[in-house]
Amino acid sequence: MVGPVMVGPSSSHTAGACRLALLARHTLLAPPTRARLTLHGSFAKTAHGHGTDVALAAGLLGFAPDDPRIPVAFDEARAAGLELDFGMADLGDVHPNSVRIELENDDETLEVTGSSLGGGLVRVFSVRGFEVNLSGAYHSLLVLHDDKPGVIARVARVIADDEGNVATLHSARRKRGGLAMMSIEIDRRLAQYALDYLTHVPYIHWLRMLPEVLSGEAPDEASTSGTEGSA
Amino acid sequence: MTLAELAAAPGRASELALADEVGDDRSARERLLRTMRERLREMRASIERGLATDAPSRTGMVGWNAKRLWKADDVLGAALLRRVQAYAMAVNEENARMGRIVAAPTAGSAGTLPGALLGVADHLGLDDDALVMPLVLAAAVGDAIQAKMFIAGSTGGCQAEIGASAAMAAAAVTELLGGSAHACVHAATMALMNTIGLVCDPVGGYVEVPCVSRNAFYSVHAVSSAQLALAGLESVIPPDEVVQAMASVGRLLPPELRETGEGGIAATETGRRIALKMAR
Ligand code: SF4
Repeated sequence: MVGPVMVGPSSSHTAGACRLALLARHTLLAPPTRARLTLHGSFAKTAHGHGTDVALAAGLLGFAPDDPRIPVAFDEARAAGLELDFGMADLGDVHPNSVRIELENDDETLEVTGSSLGGGLVRVFSVRGFEVNLSGAYHSLLVLHDDKPGVIARVARVIADDEGNVATLHSARRKRGGLAMMSIEIDRRLAQYALDYLTHVPYIHWLRMLPEVLSGEAPDEASTSGTEGSA
Repeated sequence: MTLAELAAAPGRASELALADEVGDDRSARERLLRTMRERLREMRASIERGLATDAPSRTGMVGWNAKRLWKADDVLGAALLRRVQAYAMAVNEENARMGRIVAAPTAGSAGTLPGALLGVADHLGLDDDALVMPLVLAAAVGDAIQAKMFIAGSTGGCQAEIGASAAMAAAAVTELLGGSAHACVHAATMALMNTIGLVCDPVGGYVEVPCVSRNAFYSVHAVSSAQLALAGLESVIPPDEVVQAMASVGRLLPPELRETGEGGIAATETGRRIALKMAR
């Protein structure tokens, strides 16, 4: 609990917000061109005071919490062609520092919702409307698939073959036999061939590998990867 | 690792904390120590920047306090006190200017630990190398508290943020001055026990008032906790029970007193007026 090195003024409202947005950014392959950010609770009440707004913008641009460009992230967003739209809403019975991030570019539209837990720790609990469980402390794999027997086992198998160690695994489905989302935290990044292989597994519609965001090392562009399927 | 486990360390508390983090993996040990040295450098850099400037924060409420105190006469014959307070505020004023700081455990409470630890070290003329292991211990104390409660003003009130930072700082200073593992943990515990109930009430939602001065006060609080523990005083209530007590007080706090900027100092007439002005 000493660290991260960050740009102020608030670890939960600035560093945590930046990390949530950074994770959201990496659920897209290409940079977003539009973002709708819905702030909840304390995030909504003190967004500007704590720099939550600029920190979210910074994360969406791929900046880490210690990036000196955070205070001027709105200008950077404008220069990068990222349109931002902030709103407030009650997101229900969630942590007081929560935000729903809806992103869009020419290829994709998706939603990521999460909370900043304090001290820069975060938790993403929804992606594309599915319940997930990501802390950003590990590399994480998101897999959207049909709820069919054996899919989870096949994914686990590929991770094991690539010598990845699963730290946490969460799976949630909308209804029996319908679509389901797996969120898996792995202690290292899966190799590209493993991801390519998973792309071709039947019943898998979409997958993304998100970088670890807690160490303070900025993830490079190449660390976002995945595939867009039929879903 | 709980506070009780840390207190029972056979040798230095920081050695146990380090072993708990990295086991006997030598390269992991080196990496962690390197990170801590890097954190110390960042802390020192933020203190130096903060003491040298009187540039206002974005709201204009703070920005010059550290420098003004640093330049003021030591009328009390309490140079340590002035140094610790000035260092703590220097970091938090940097934070308020959106400068680079080290969260410890949070950004709002980032001044307390460097204020106390570097303040005491500089007062005694100690080298920064002596601060690395105390910093490892501070991190472990923060983790032990974090395991029982969310460390954020918005969930636990300021007691969670500043309380945790003061506890971390108290343990670190105690270790720096040669205190036993037991003394380090009891310094942390006394610091926590005497912060319970502190609400989070930043004016306008900005981490400036009361936050900047609060860091000055609680870095001194940490130093006095270390002083008591080094003299052999201890907390009657066991450390982990005190953390538990703080967590339950946090749950009892109404939302107005948890970083919404709607209670306490933030809700005063002047606090509200400033908030309104800033919103425009
Ligand atoms: S009053 Fe709130 S924002 Fe200010 S230091 Fe305390 S917990 Fe942080």
